[in-house]
Amino acid sequence: MGRYVIRRLLQMVPVFIGTTFLIFVMVYAIGDPIAAMFGDRTPDPATAAAIRESLHLNDPLWSQYLQYMAGIFQGDFGTSFNGTPVVELMGNAFPNTIKLTLVAFAIELVVGLTLGVIAGLRRGRIVDTGVLVFTLLVISIPTFVTGYVLQYFIGVKLGWAAPAVSIDVTFDQLLLPGIVLAGVSLAYVSRLTRTSVAENLRSDYIRTATAKGLPRRRVVTVHLMRNSLIPVVTFLGTDIGGLMAGAVVTERIFNIQGVGYQLYQGILRQNSPTVVGFVTILVVVFLAANLLVDLLYAVLDPRIRYA
Amino acid sequence: MRGAKSATWIAGAIAIALSATACGGSSGGSGAQAGFVRANWGDPQNPLEPANTNEVLGGKVLDQIFMNLKEYDPKTGEAKNAAAESIETTDAQNFTIKIKKGLKFSNGEALTAKSFVDAWNYAALATNKQKNAYFFSDIEGYDKTSPEDGKPTAQTLSGLKVVDDTTFTVKLSKKFGTWPVRLGYKAFAPLPKLFFDKHEEYLKKPVGNGPYAVESYERGKLMKLVPNEHYAGVHKPKNKGVLLQVFTDSNAAYAALQAGNLDVDDDIPAEQIKNAKTDLKGNYFTQPAGIYQAVTFPFYKEEWNKPGMEKVRKGISMAIDRKSITDKIYNGTRTPMVDLTSPVLGEANGYDKNICGDVCTYNPTEAKKLIEEGGGIPGGKLTISYNADKDSHKQWADAACNSINKALGNDNVCVGNPVGTFGDFRNQITKGEMNGPFRAGWQMDYPHIENFLTPLYKTGASSNDGKWSNKEFDKLMDDAAAETDIKKATDIYKQAEKIVIQDAVNIPLFYQNGTVGWSENVSDVALNPFSVPVFSDIKVKG
Repeated sequence: MGRYVIRRLLQMVPVFIGTTFLIFVMVYAIGDPIAAMFGDRTPDPATAAAIRESLHLNDPLWSQYLQYMAGIFQGDFGTSFNGTPVVELMGNAFPNTIKLTLVAFAIELVVGLTLGVIAGLRRGRIVDTGVLVFTLLVISIPTFVTGYVLQYFIGVKLGWAAPAVSIDVTFDQLLLPGIVLAGVSLAYVSRLTRTSVAENLRSDYIRTATAKGLPRRRVVTVHLMRNSLIPVVTFLGTDIGGLMAGAVVTERIFNIQGVGYQLYQGILRQNSPTVVGFVTILVVVFLAANLLVDLLYAVLDPRIRYA
Repeated sequence: MRGAKSATWIAGAIAIALSATACGGSSGGSGAQAGFVRANWGDPQNPLEPANTNEVLGGKVLDQIFMNLKEYDPKTGEAKNAAAESIETTDAQNFTIKIKKGLKFSNGEALTAKSFVDAWNYAALATNKQKNAYFFSDIEGYDKTSPEDGKPTAQTLSGLKVVDDTTFTVKLSKKFGTWPVRLGYKAFAPLPKLFFDKHEEYLKKPVGNGPYAVESYERGKLMKLVPNEHYAGVHKPKNKGVLLQVFTDSNAAYAALQAGNLDVDDDIPAEQIKNAKTDLKGNYFTQPAGIYQAVTFPFYKEEWNKPGMEKVRKGISMAIDRKSITDKIYNGTRTPMVDLTSPVLGEANGYDKNICGDVCTYNPTEAKKLIEEGGGIPGGKLTISYNADKDSHKQWADAACNSINKALGNDNVCVGNPVGTFGDFRNQITKGEMNGPFRAGWQMDYPHIENFLTPLYKTGASSNDGKWSNKEFDKLMDDAAAETDIKKATDIYKQAEKIVIQDAVNIPLFYQNGTVGWSENVSDVALNPFSVPVFSDIKVKG
């Protein structure tokens, strides 16, 4: 297994280089960031030339990319156009987003799995239909609608939670945005779990376990769950990255200065260093999450081995 | 024990994943503080250097922490002496500036004539990359510190001379009588020694000479302003301080305002305007700002510049129903334009509500007649280009086209033409690639008619995006500049403005309004000519 992990880590290198290069090209190829910096006014030629030079914008794109990558490996993600080092922006943004992701992930895991298992065990009954209707509803309403509606009713009208998260970003304030962010994935988790549970319920080993006289609780939690979780874990793993990147909408609505907000600002202001830096980190998160998922398979199902 | 072995590997993988993403998180606490005004803010686009700030978010801070030679009256827009004792000239070209004695920065450092001269020299030097550098282009020597090509050949402006501790002289490269009016603009702020000696430290906690001093600044989160004990001006703060809180979105700020977690919000989201009055129990108002939206033409394209086209341009202007667009789409947060400046100037600085007249008045029958007389719209098709990425320009562009189509009785004449990003849009403009009319908004730098004319219409001027050129106009502008009496100069500028309107160079659409809502916790909220709340006057209850 050790070799497998090392091989996977090595495979990440070309993927990392490829994705970051694509992002870099895309971000730096659109428009002229200098033109946008000056508002509705033509830049003063001397000032514009000085800024262009300091940002290496006159160099060919491949050389800019090499300089950028060289910087990254020394922990230097460049400087955002407002003079703040991108690393500092990340230091402010990632803890907030990670907190939000953890809250959303926990909600997704607990509620999604519970709903899925219950629905799967009672396939075709009223509970199953109820969960189906609920998940359909959650999937079909866009995040920003749930976001604004919950913010208005629970935050502003009822006053049960702060409608806008304060700059301290405490866990209790993150509950509401966490629910909103978890919404859609939660529905997927419960649907996946339900199908998987319902299917495995009819398999031989479950029948054997039941026939052995094992208590139902043990059959469900140990025998049934362990096998049923494989597709769910795949989804959950990749979803961590998805949640972090997908927080763009939720973070704006609930005033969380996280990754999504920085990315949005970066794109809006054509702040290329910010955008490329944040996306690069997200790529790493995605890669790591995928590796984790693959390794978890072996824990869940010993038949899956790694050479 | 395969399970245990796997678990070690997984733990290792988790550790790698976390070390790739984990960053030390720390945040200083700051809840509500009695006596402080909690205000909506956003992350400034540029470092907080006065000559490098060209947008409202940075401007909001600079307004509080700097006192310039002049300042603009919040009500009348008039430029009054602030740090200046007197600014004198006899020839509209050489100015002698005396500053008040005994002024200090908030860190106790003495403020002298040198504080201004050093700051201006810094701003004008191209290698310092200050975005407002062109503001110093009227001062003699700018062509050496910021040459169009190549490296600067001088480090300082030859037109600036320190006479003594409280006096300095300025020589402009040509006559410009209303030049002192612009000295209230924050690019002209004085800078303390700290700025030059320890620049990084300065950016982390800027030091100025205004009504407030920065007590702490967590970038991207919060700035805490407290009254500056060394401030010697007339706007002494009536509160214990201001907390500028960064919000991710105007809707989030509005929700916080409604829930009582925010006191002053000058960025009410457009879709909430209808409800703002009732939501906020009357604690809301809107007033025109020094920003407008207009449309100009590519005069570098022959088809838009040939004789007769002035009638077509005028006709297009008259075909747009400004009033119903501002009412229906913008709920009154924009005001139909009646001149090429802004009401915030006041009549003393050149605002004139009668100057546009019939050119800005909706008259579809006359519009159709004029367009036909002028030879019709070139190619029979009209596109209005705008950038689609921010400020929702699509709404007005489509509405204006709709109005033009209705007037001409043909649904296919005019369509909006969205350009993906602002950078791309500006790029196409500076390269002269526009084929039809395009958005030409303007945000004033200081409240005087000169700032609404020179950059936009003078031959070869920096923001003359349509490349319009008119000798008579240029002559009037030179005459006005040579005038030392500001009142007389303003009148000549108004004559020049008339030429722009009669030639329909620019189709004025709407003044953008500033909006502000406040909580029941505060009172005496007003907006200055730049639509920034006058924080020093706000009183906190209880």
